[in-house]
Amino acid sequence: MRVVIAEDLFLLRDGLTRMLEAHGFVVTAAVDNPADLLAAVTASKPDVAVVDVRLPPTFTDEGLRAALAARREAPGLPVLVLSQYVEQLYARELLADGTGGVGYLLKDRVFDSAQFVDALRRVAAGGTAMDPEVIARLLARNRGGDGAVAGLSAREREVLGLMAEGRSNVAIGTRLVITERAVAKHTASIFVKLGLQPSEDDNRRVLAVLAYLGG
Amino acid sequence: MDRQIASQVRVRWPGRMLAWLNGRMTACARGAMLGALAIAEAVLLHPLLFVVAFLIPIPGIGLAARQLADLTRRLCGEWCGVAIASPYRPAPAGAGEFGSLTWRQRRRWLTADPATWRDLAFFLLNPWLGAALAGGSAALIVYGIFGLAMPHHSTQLAGVTPHPLLGILLAAGGFLAAPWLLRCYGGFTRSLLGPTQHAELARRVSHLAQTRSDTIDAGAAEVRRIERDLHDGAQARLVAMGMTLDAAGQLIITNPVAAQALLTEARDNSIKALAELRGLVRGIHPPVLADRGLADAARSLALDMPLRVHCACELVGRPPDPVESAVYFAITELLANVSKHADADQVWIDIRHDRGLLRAGVTDDGRGGADPARGTGLHGIERRLAAFDGVLAVSSPPGGPTVVNMEVPCALSSPKTSSC
Repeated sequence: MRVVIAEDLFLLRDGLTRMLEAHGFVVTAAVDNPADLLAAVTASKPDVAVVDVRLPPTFTDEGLRAALAARREAPGLPVLVLSQYVEQLYARELLADGTGGVGYLLKDRVFDSAQFVDALRRVAAGGTAMDPEVIARLLARNRGGDGAVAGLSAREREVLGLMAEGRSNVAIGTRLVITERAVAKHTASIFVKLGLQPSEDDNRRVLAVLAYLGG
Repeated sequence: MDRQIASQVRVRWPGRMLAWLNGRMTACARGAMLGALAIAEAVLLHPLLFVVAFLIPIPGIGLAARQLADLTRRLCGEWCGVAIASPYRPAPAGAGEFGSLTWRQRRRWLTADPATWRDLAFFLLNPWLGAALAGGSAALIVYGIFGLAMPHHSTQLAGVTPHPLLGILLAAGGFLAAPWLLRCYGGFTRSLLGPTQHAELARRVSHLAQTRSDTIDAGAAEVRRIERDLHDGAQARLVAMGMTLDAAGQLIITNPVAAQALLTEARDNSIKALAELRGLVRGIHPPVLADRGLADAARSLALDMPLRVHCACELVGRPPDPVESAVYFAITELLANVSKHADADQVWIDIRHDRGLLRAGVTDDGRGGADPARGTGLHGIERRLAAFDGVLAVSSPPGGPTVVNMEVPCALSSPKTSSC
């Protein structure tokens, strides 16, 4: 699997490259600014891009904007955004086009390389990988919520949270100690409550997550 | 088209006429009342008594004089359209209330304040000049009508040839000049009851000194808090990590299993340290505020709230960093108050900038009863905003809703241009 990395700190860029290569990825380019990222994406057509939120020149949210720009340039390009902190606002912006293939993780998550690589593969396959901290903050919003999500039961929200992290039904079942069929029942109920038609099956998980993030 | 306009003009005319008449009649009535007040002041507060008030400790006379002057100031603001700020120096330190001062202290405080002597000059002039200006129009009208009705009396009173036209002219003149005379009275009052430029500057200096020391105190407390948080949090975790790694290094040959457990522990500690640093950074200067500015930072706060939050934030460009940060933390604090105390279902945040003022409001449909005098939170916000000449207004009747509005004078920088 071919990867492009955009990270301005040399140590992290180097570490990420080595870790991903150790797990069998091919790092086609490791760049340190948004312009090079866009160039690398068009030139090497990677399967997935790993982008740091803070990039030069202003070190604010250039990475995020570059990631969105890259997805406009190469539609459907899976992008995993890394950051020292997570914001629901940014998660929403990343998911806004509703096509999936989006990850948004704290940099801490690279400490567990197996899980990180797992998340990266999920994103590359068109799924989502929202950081558990985003999900935790969503779960703290127990009241209110926007429209349809407010109508979900506590269990359904739990399932939806794990879905947003990018877990499969099997993994969700293991985590919540329920059978896969029970998880499937919950997800079906979630899709109905959120008004997602079966024909959108490919995207339903992403759309559900998007609804969950209040987008 | 022309006929349309003509008909509109026809329709509007009676209304305008009525408003015009109403304005003049109101001005006449207000002028008459202010004139009557001026004369009443002269009777009530004879200048001699006013002077004696400072020499003999009769409680409250000095205060009464000031209250009367304050009443005049307020009426000038409401009726003459001339706002007059209170010019008095604050009470001496250690004695907030009149009652707790000895009469000697009180006398010193009152006599040392030039505003007291300007009050005195006002009370001396007001029954003559003030009454003539304020009550002039009413007097002219009354006199004019009086002259019309009883020409002989008017001859005797004014010593002029009785002519009905003169009476009409006097009454009409008084009627027409009423608003102008009222403004003149306002100007006269401000010249004596308003703060002098010197007093204004002195007040400004004392305000600046107060807010500066508050800001420095708050800054120092914040730095201490950060130091303590780093010391007890991330630093301690790094020390623990170093020790764990050292132990792992020693065990790695002899007991690889134990070493691996220690390495896992070290990794977990590093994750916790990072989480603590993140929390700390969020409290110092939240990344989303730095990245996106106030409007998006407020939206981000709204997303994290356990309530339904409606955000109406429109800012073209960004306020200066310190103002942005102060307003952001004020909103954070207000939202925390809402979720802790208000028992609200919904919150509205609005942020906008117009005519050189950054305005931010937080409204909730909770139970109300928030009191800036009691809560330290609201008072803290007030002080933080005061450093930028900002103000906080709280309206929170029991039963709600609570409306908190903030205003900070500032200019917006042009929106940041991005590279991609």
